[in-house]
Amino acid sequence: MVDKKSLFNYLLRLGDDQQILSQRLGEWCGHAPTLEEDLALANIALDLLGQARSLYTYAGEVEGLGRDEDQLAFLRYENDYVNALIVERPNGDFAHTITRQFFYSVFMDLLWNGLLKSSDETIRAIAAKAVKEVDYHVRHSAEWVIRLGQGTAESRERMVDALDEFAIYTGELFEMDALATEMAEAGVGVDLAALRPQWEAEVNNILTDAGLEMPKVNWMQTGGRSGEHTEHLGHILAELQYMQRTYPGMTW
Amino acid sequence: MDREAIRRKAWEAAARVPDPEVPVVTVADLGILREVRVEADGAPVALVTPTYSGCPATRMIEHEVLKALQEAGFAAARVETVLSPPWTTDWLTEEGRDKLRAYGIAPPEKRSNSKRALFGETAVQCPHCGANETERVSEFGSTPCKALYRCTKCLEPFDYFKCL
Repeated sequence: MVDKKSLFNYLLRLGDDQQILSQRLGEWCGHAPTLEEDLALANIALDLLGQARSLYTYAGEVEGLGRDEDQLAFLRYENDYVNALIVERPNGDFAHTITRQFFYSVFMDLLWNGLLKSSDETIRAIAAKAVKEVDYHVRHSAEWVIRLGQGTAESRERMVDALDEFAIYTGELFEMDALATEMAEAGVGVDLAALRPQWEAEVNNILTDAGLEMPKVNWMQTGGRSGEHTEHLGHILAELQYMQRTYPGMTW
Repeated sequence: MDREAIRRKAWEAAARVPDPEVPVVTVADLGILREVRVEADGAPVALVTPTYSGCPATRMIEHEVLKALQEAGFAAARVETVLSPPWTTDWLTEEGRDKLRAYGIAPPEKRSNSKRALFGETAVQCPHCGANETERVSEFGSTPCKALYRCTKCLEPFDYFKCL
């Protein structure tokens, strides 16, 4: 039997990652370089939001305290969020947003594929939907990595900057702490560390096509999974939670 | 009414509900309405499935299906969301595909794009003039289910219902 508290916390990690990145991508709405990109980033944000809703709804059921998706999304404090730090990083310029999306989508593609074999039926069902959506996200960001890498001297330089900034946030995605290990051993989760070689191979393939390379880093940023965040998360939550904090219990 | 008659009547009522975004097709045409079950007490339960995880129309569709069932005389009707098996564009009926085309939206090609095929473009037929000379403007369109295309023959832009 899987420990309910552990399963709940595991679902929160998955849900928080999708929700926070969705919120970040939503910031581009009305500001993207072209109309098509505005639509693309908003669409990806919407996919992630939908995935977050399914994950939070299920987390609330597992917890059994009557909390629904809205309460989990809007009424927790900063330190209760367990998303990876990469998703809360500011959007930066378009190259930064694309680089973050590329690193993250390639990871989620591998993770959702692994979760198709989860022993948990609901996680399997959520994964089966998400895996088809993340295909689009991988393709979209990979194409942009190549366009920007092979574009102008300036677009290339911005990609190099973005790779430098986000490389140190990729290690956390593969961390196997006590909870991740427990979930993997129970067959609910996936051995994240085992995904890393494939992630590196896929990322390197695209970077090679783009004429770029992964910066060498010997230190990785960490903390998000245990609720230790950068200063950016608080600002995201201030905006994200504004309505529920101002009008508690408000519904549409 | 026996259970089969209830099921059929409820199905017919629910199946007529139009999609809120593309009202030319019904929830049955899209394969969103999966089945109607009849509970022991005679209350019909419509099983609906979301298309894309984030499709904002999902709530609306549940609401409309429930309303249709209630208007058909089933006060105790319920709507349940099922995630598995996941919805796929293959569930679009032939009738639904024809209606989409007539409405100006190219129906999904049966074969999904491989994500390895970067910069690859599915050959999509223009729903206006029928030409195959079309190009993709963006893989993401005005709703989560659509991509933007342009016909290079008749020069008209059009939506393509993308594969999932």
